[in-house]
Amino acid sequence: MDGIHDLGGLQGFGPMQHQANSLSYTPVFHEDWEHLGYSLLFLGAAELGLFNVDELRHAIERMEPRHYLTSSYYERIVLGVASLFVEKGALSQERLAQLAGGAYPLALPLGPGRAAQAPAQPFEVGQQVRVRDEWVNGHIRAPGYVRGKQGRVLHRTTHQWPFPDAVGHGQPSASEPTYHVQFTTEELWGDAADAGTVVVDLFGGYLVPA
Amino acid sequence: MSTSAPRATPSTPAERARALLQVMKNRALVPDGYIEQLTQLMEHQWNPQNGARVVAKAWTDPAFRELLLRDGTAACAQFGYTGPQGEYIVALEDTPTLKNVIVCSLCSCTNWPVLGLPPEWYKGFEFRARLVREGRTVLRELGTELPAEVQVKVWDTTAETRYLVLPVRPAGTEHWSEEELQKCVTKDVLIGVALPSAG
Repeated sequence: MDGIHDLGGLQGFGPMQHQANSLSYTPVFHEDWEHLGYSLLFLGAAELGLFNVDELRHAIERMEPRHYLTSSYYERIVLGVASLFVEKGALSQERLAQLAGGAYPLALPLGPGRAAQAPAQPFEVGQQVRVRDEWVNGHIRAPGYVRGKQGRVLHRTTHQWPFPDAVGHGQPSASEPTYHVQFTTEELWGDAADAGTVVVDLFGGYLVPA
Repeated sequence: MSTSAPRATPSTPAERARALLQVMKNRALVPDGYIEQLTQLMEHQWNPQNGARVVAKAWTDPAFRELLLRDGTAACAQFGYTGPQGEYIVALEDTPTLKNVIVCSLCSCTNWPVLGLPPEWYKGFEFRARLVREGRTVLRELGTELPAEVQVKVWDTTAETRYLVLPVRPAGTEHWSEEELQKCVTKDVLIGVALPSAG
């Protein structure tokens, strides 16, 4: 999904508002409700089996873009979890709004999802690969900045996972390994980037031999 | 399904979070103690001190270092540091000419059991947008100036691999114990935006 969440490489953001090692990182949560996003995610996913983490990621991507950009991180998590509970029929948006004392915005519907498209042959470490030049309306775990770009495989995982573009929409999927693919920043953005490399963890279904 | 514009929303994020909890409790969907137990994990047990123990052991035990770099999941499992968002762990080895840095440009994915939950700046739009494209500049703004011969390698956490950085052991720590070494391995060192310091 070519949404506002796909921030990698987007220009115009200001300087980092952090100095390394300047924070203690406790307390972990700064407001008394912030733990509820993750807690209720685990409850809905692991305990109740109503949805999965990929669906949560996609629900957050489906937020109205202005709302996404003006919400805090944990606010987005709560909205994503609430959206899934409503979409799965466990709760109603009206009841949520009643208890919240006002409108209760949820994620917007978009995209049908798609079946897994694992490669015919697994890729090998050292192989040159290219990211498929394709536009996916639903959930996808390839950031836009690698679309069509060429890189080198550094690692093939020894574990396998279901294809996000399917399970992110609640559809069943076979599992496959992912590949750590290294790109030069020059390949990604030409001279408009600092020299260096970027490694992206990509499902084989996003790749073709270069 | 609401399509109302964000500004038409009079409820606050806190009210919406509490409302979600209340509706679920009313429907008897929340087991006793479930949220409290998870919150305990998130606030206390998933902690960057876990990653510091892993790094300090790798610095002092060559066999463990080899295991960590070959099979990070098995190495972290020796400490019990696996679990949600830490099921497939890869350690990234810094060298005198290579600096690894971790980001999740699409959301916030982090190796929770080893690094702890991600901090606000890591989830911030500046870091997510800029690190992949201008890593050296971002590190400089964070206070980490790298010599020209050091290459910056950014790892975007886009699938199920969860990373930690294994930094170069700083000079002047040759006689330090594991406990002393752990103190110079901070959360920001494990993410890769800071270098451990013997000072």
